[in-house]
Amino acid sequence: MPDLANTPAVVLSGIRKSYGEHEVLHGVSLTANEGDVISILGSSGSGKSTLLRCINMLEVPNAGSVSIHGETIALDQKPGQQPRARDNAQVNRLRAKAGMVFQSFNLWSHLTILENLIEAPVHVLKRDRKDAIAEAETLLARVGIAEKRHAYPAHLSGGQQQRAAIARALAMHPSVMLFDEPTSALDPELVGEVLKVMRDLAAEGRTMLIVTHEMGFARDVSTRTVFLHNGVIEEEGPPSLVFRNPRSDRFRQFISRDEREAR
Amino acid sequence: MDYLQLMGFGPNGWGYGMLAATGMTVAVALCGYLIGSILGSLGAAAAFSRFMLLRGIAGFYTTVLRGIPDLLVIYLFYFGSSSVISGVAALFGAEGFVGAPAFITGAMAIGVVSGAYQMQVFRGAVLALAKGEIEAARAYGMPSFLLFRRIILPQAARFAIPGMGNVWQLVLKESALISVIGLVEIMRQSQIGAGSTRQPFSFYLTAAALYLLITFVSGRGFRLAERRAMRGVRRAA
Repeated sequence: MPDLANTPAVVLSGIRKSYGEHEVLHGVSLTANEGDVISILGSSGSGKSTLLRCINMLEVPNAGSVSIHGETIALDQKPGQQPRARDNAQVNRLRAKAGMVFQSFNLWSHLTILENLIEAPVHVLKRDRKDAIAEAETLLARVGIAEKRHAYPAHLSGGQQQRAAIARALAMHPSVMLFDEPTSALDPELVGEVLKVMRDLAAEGRTMLIVTHEMGFARDVSTRTVFLHNGVIEEEGPPSLVFRNPRSDRFRQFISRDEREAR
Repeated sequence: MDYLQLMGFGPNGWGYGMLAATGMTVAVALCGYLIGSILGSLGAAAAFSRFMLLRGIAGFYTTVLRGIPDLLVIYLFYFGSSSVISGVAALFGAEGFVGAPAFITGAMAIGVVSGAYQMQVFRGAVLALAKGEIEAARAYGMPSFLLFRRIILPQAARFAIPGMGNVWQLVLKESALISVIGLVEIMRQSQIGAGSTRQPFSFYLTAAALYLLITFVSGRGFRLAERRAMRGVRRAA
């Protein structure tokens, strides 16, 4: 019986991922402990989204291992072959624990907002429909869109859709949450409402891994910052430290470019 | 004899005959359409297969069946299965030509032809699916069959229903060709009536009206289904 309190939520070790000849991740290791809020920064093409997607096997790494709450995902990684997960049931079970929020929301467009929230709890987790509905309504109220529960995703603004998507993730009672550039597809005036919801989640002590371009958010909210460059971790540490005193030149350039743009 | 008596349900009227023929048209078209749906979905699944052989078979099927006249397919089916049946009958001592049952042969012929068209409809619908929404379903732990049933099918229906409506109309008209192998559906019944009463216009115009009635009613059905499937899709006003 693993000691749950001290078992890390997510352990990535030596993750390599290639597309054809091109290797995107060159052996990345990262541990997220319970309650960590890790922001993953990097310019486009640095491999940060790929790394996040390796956690729930939307991308299967060519080498390295992924453990969620001490359970290691069984992989078939033979050289010269597409890597595959050995046990789909295991992958689906672990995916259900990792609530993912996507850049383009990816709400199911043929279902209402409420139906989006209960879909996976009812059909994947086999939860009672009535309970799922009651909980979904609470979650929607919490993210401030209770009145939209019977609307279809296409009739919501981007910010509302992303808040609904976060509520959909929460409805699964995830033990870790994965955010893949959650504000990058939003109009600037809608970014704030989504960040506020994420800030509240962080304050609750939820374990979160966030791929983001929002420097201010990374600096203020995360417990740890990871800077990825060309598929390796260039800089890692608490934001109070790394932002003030970056060891890597590339990270220094990266944050100064952001500051110039902000001005 | 006036038109109403001719098409009426009296002792000399053709009403019952035409009604039964209409039922036969709908039945053979529907059976053919369903066979086509099965072949079409298998074909579409094969077209997306990892295996080149399956993709090749699917491509060959849809290219050939859409490329040759329907009437030719019907003849091939009829004489092909008839010669098999005659051969089997000969083994049991029967002599000469034994015709294949017209209904089954007709439904099969319509099935393989419409399957080739339905396959294209399904293929297009799957290609039009939102990749991100499927990825979200996977990320939430949905196993493949659940994903197919709850997410892919209802979304593909949106894109497939208009095309399926078109194929249904084609099938309905194609069913008239089944008259050549002796199935008494609307077309064949009208020929018989026209020949024996020498009133071709009364019969063929009635036949036209019956076909239109069927397409009208089924068209309404498809529109309703489309409206239902399109829930949640924002349309340009």
